[in-house]
Amino acid sequence: MSALGAPRGTGDATGARGNHRPATSGRPRRRDPMTWVQRGGLSSIVFALPLLVIFGVFSWWPIVRSVVMSFQKTNLVGTPKWVGWHNFQYVLTDPDLPTAIRNTLYFALLALVIGFPVPLVTAVLISSVRKRKGLYSALAYLPVVVPPVVAVLLWKFFYDGSADGVFNTILDWVGLGPYTWLSSPSLAMPSLVVEATWAAAGGTVIIYLAALISVPDELYDAAEVDGAGVWRKVWHVAMPQLRGVLLITFILQIIGTVQVFLEPYLFTGGGPANATLTILLMIYNYGFGSSLGGNYGAATALSVMLAAFLAILSLVYFKLTSGWSKS
Amino acid sequence: MKFSRRTTMAIAVVGALALGSTLGACSSDDSSSGDSGSTTLDPNTKVTLNVVGLLPGAKPEAQQALADEVADFQKENPNITVKTHDYEWKATTFAADLAGGTLPSVFEIPFTDAKTLIANAQIADMQAYLTQLAYASNFNKNLLQYGQGSDGHVYAIPAKSIYAIGLHYNRDLFTQAGLDPNKPPTTWEEVRTAAKAIAEKTGQAGFAQMSKDGTGGWQLTVDTYSRGGRMEDGKKATLTNDATKASLQFLKDLRWTDNSMGANFSYDWSGINQAFAAGKIGMYTSGQDVYTSLVQTNNINPKSYGLTMIPLSGGESGVLGGGTMAAVSSKASNNEKAAAVKWIDYHYLRKYTNEGAAKKNAEIQVASKQPVGTPELPIFTQQQYQQYQDWIKTYVNVPLDQMTTFTSKVFDAKLVNEPAIATQDVYKALDTAVQAVLTDKNANIDQLLTEANAKAQRAIDAAG
Repeated sequence: MSALGAPRGTGDATGARGNHRPATSGRPRRRDPMTWVQRGGLSSIVFALPLLVIFGVFSWWPIVRSVVMSFQKTNLVGTPKWVGWHNFQYVLTDPDLPTAIRNTLYFALLALVIGFPVPLVTAVLISSVRKRKGLYSALAYLPVVVPPVVAVLLWKFFYDGSADGVFNTILDWVGLGPYTWLSSPSLAMPSLVVEATWAAAGGTVIIYLAALISVPDELYDAAEVDGAGVWRKVWHVAMPQLRGVLLITFILQIIGTVQVFLEPYLFTGGGPANATLTILLMIYNYGFGSSLGGNYGAATALSVMLAAFLAILSLVYFKLTSGWSKS
Repeated sequence: MKFSRRTTMAIAVVGALALGSTLGACSSDDSSSGDSGSTTLDPNTKVTLNVVGLLPGAKPEAQQALADEVADFQKENPNITVKTHDYEWKATTFAADLAGGTLPSVFEIPFTDAKTLIANAQIADMQAYLTQLAYASNFNKNLLQYGQGSDGHVYAIPAKSIYAIGLHYNRDLFTQAGLDPNKPPTTWEEVRTAAKAIAEKTGQAGFAQMSKDGTGGWQLTVDTYSRGGRMEDGKKATLTNDATKASLQFLKDLRWTDNSMGANFSYDWSGINQAFAAGKIGMYTSGQDVYTSLVQTNNINPKSYGLTMIPLSGGESGVLGGGTMAAVSSKASNNEKAAAVKWIDYHYLRKYTNEGAAKKNAEIQVASKQPVGTPELPIFTQQQYQQYQDWIKTYVNVPLDQMTTFTSKVFDAKLVNEPAIATQDVYKALDTAVQAVLTDKNANIDQLLTEANAKAQRAIDAAG
C-alpha cells in the first residue's frame, strides 16, 4: 500500500522500500491525504471493505474462535473456562477416534479408487466424440445440479434393503441379492462412495475437459501419424498435458474426502455400529449430537487437529510433487 | 472530481450498509422492549409469541385444529398473537437449534433434559408465572421435580405425552398371520413366536426396533427394565447387566435365527412410525401416546391399530416412563413469559382441570377428525385424570377397545424413570450395540456391552 501514492520513476520509490533517509536535494515529497484520496486510495479501501468484512466475519473470525474454543470448556451461554490441553486429551482418548480415522481413510481410499478414474475416463470419452460434446458435458454435470440432500434421499430410495428396492430388483433379474445396502457394515461405506462419486464427478469432468480441450490438435495428429490409438494418445499426449490439473484435483479430492460428512450423516448417521462414522461426523456429534448442548471444546479441538493434519499433508504433497508438475 | 465522486459514492454505500445494520439491531431490540418488569401481562401491550406446533408433515386437518385453537386463544387474549412453528424434538438437532437461537420462545423438551438445561441457564425461570395458575400446586410431584432447579423454582412445566412404553401391534397383520388380535403377546417368547408367524405369513417385519440417534439405546433400556435390569446405579454405568444381554440376545435371535425383523435396521422414532402405519411392521415398542402422531402425521388406519403392555419378567421389572415438558427460552422478555404461561395453560393443561376447556378442546379436535382420548398418564392426580376422561367421554374417537390390554394394566405396573445422568449419551453408546446385533451375525454381545459401558461411564464422569 505504501507505493499507492508514489508516482513511478521518482526518487521517492526508495521510501516505499522502507528507506526513510532525507533526500539530499530538493524538498522531500509530502504524502498529502487529499492526494491519496484523490488518487483512489480511499475508494480502493472502501470497495475492498465489504469483502474484508465478510471474509473476516464468516471465515477468519470463526477460525480464530475455533482455535480459542479448543482450549476452553463452554456451553455458549455462560463464561467459558480455560482448560488447557484437556479437550485434545479427551478427543485423543475417545474409543471411537480410531474407528473414525479408519473409516475416513477407507472412504478416501474408495473415493480415489472409484472417484478419481471415473471423471477422467468420462472426460476423455467426451473429448474424443465429434458430435454433441456440449450435450454429453451437460449430462455429466447434471448430478452436480441436484441439491445434495435431494440426491441422498433419492439414493436412499434406490438402496432400500427389501427385495422391492430399486437396486435389489435390478440385481434380482440376474439372480443376485437382495442386499441390505445401508444396513450392512461391509456394504454401507462403498454404497456411500458410489453416491458421492455420482454426485461430484460432474465438476471434475468439466475441469478435465477444459484441460483436454487446451491440448493442441497438432499433438494428437502427430501421434495419429505415428500410429497411436485412442488410449495411447490419452496416455502419451493428454495425460502429460493434464499432469498439473491432475495433481491439484488429486489433493483437492483427498482434502474433500477426508472431510466427508453429508453422506454418512444423511444416509446412515454413522451406522450401522459405527461402520460409517467419519471424523467430521464425530466433530458434529461432539458439537451437536447431544440434545443437552455439545462438547464444543472437543469438537473444535478435533477440527483444529484435522485442519493441521490436512495443512501438513498438503505441504508435504506439494513438496514431493513440485518437480512433477513442471512439464 | 472523478475520484471524489467515486469516493462519495463508496462512502454513501458503506454508510447505507452501516445504517441498515444499525436499524436491524434496533428492530431486533424492539421485540424485547416495552417490558414491564412485572410477572403479569399488561393488557395494553401487544405481544407476539412464537410457539412449537405440530410435527413436520402433519395432515391439513391437524393444522386446521391447531389454527382453530390459536384463533380461540387470541380471542381470549386479544393482545397476544401466537405464531406456531412445525417442530419435532430430535437429540441431534435440538442443541444446535437452541444454541443458534432458532427455536420458538415456547418449545418442548423431554423430561430427562430439563435439569441440565436449567443448570446451563438455557431455559427461563417460570416459577412466578406458573403460580398464577389455579392448579399450580396440584401437579404430580414426581413429574414436577424433573423441571425444578436447585433453587426449587419451576423452569420446565410437565405438559403432554406423559407415557409408559407400550407394545404397538398391527391387528391386520396379526389376523393375516393366523394370530388372534384380541390376544396380543404377554411374554417376550410369545412376541418372538408372533413375529416369526407374521414374517413367514405376510412377508412383513414381524417385530422392528428403533436404532438411530439415541432411540436404539432408549428402546434397549425399555427392554432391559422389562427384564428387571437397570442402566445406571448412582454414578456407575451398569450396561453389562444380564437383562441387557438377554434383550440383545432376543433381538439377535429374531434377526438371525428367525429372520423376522424385515430389511430395515436403521429406524428412528418418526421412521418406525411411518413404516408401522404403512403396514410394514407387525410389532414395535414406543410411548403409549404415539397413536396421536400415527393419525396426525402417518395416516394410520385406526382399525389396524392395537396397543398392549410390554412383557414384564422378574421381580424388579418395570415399564420405562417419560414425557414432554414445555419450556420458555431464557432470552424471552417478561411479557413473552407472561404470554407463554397463558399459552401453556390454554394449549396443554387447562383441559385436564376444567370441564368447559376439556369439552371445547375435544370439540375442536373432533371437528377436524383428530384423535381424542389417546391414553396418557396423569399430569396431576389419577382422580383428576379420570375426571377428565369422564368429561370427554362422548367425544372419544380413538379405538380404546383395541387398547384395553394396555389401559387395564398400566396403572398397576411399576414405572421406572429413564437413566438420570448423561441419558442421551448412555443411549447413544447403546445404539452401537443394537445396530451391531441387527447387522452383524457374529456380533459379540459381551464385548459390545463392555465397550458401550466404557463410553457411558466416560459420559457420566464428564457430566460430573
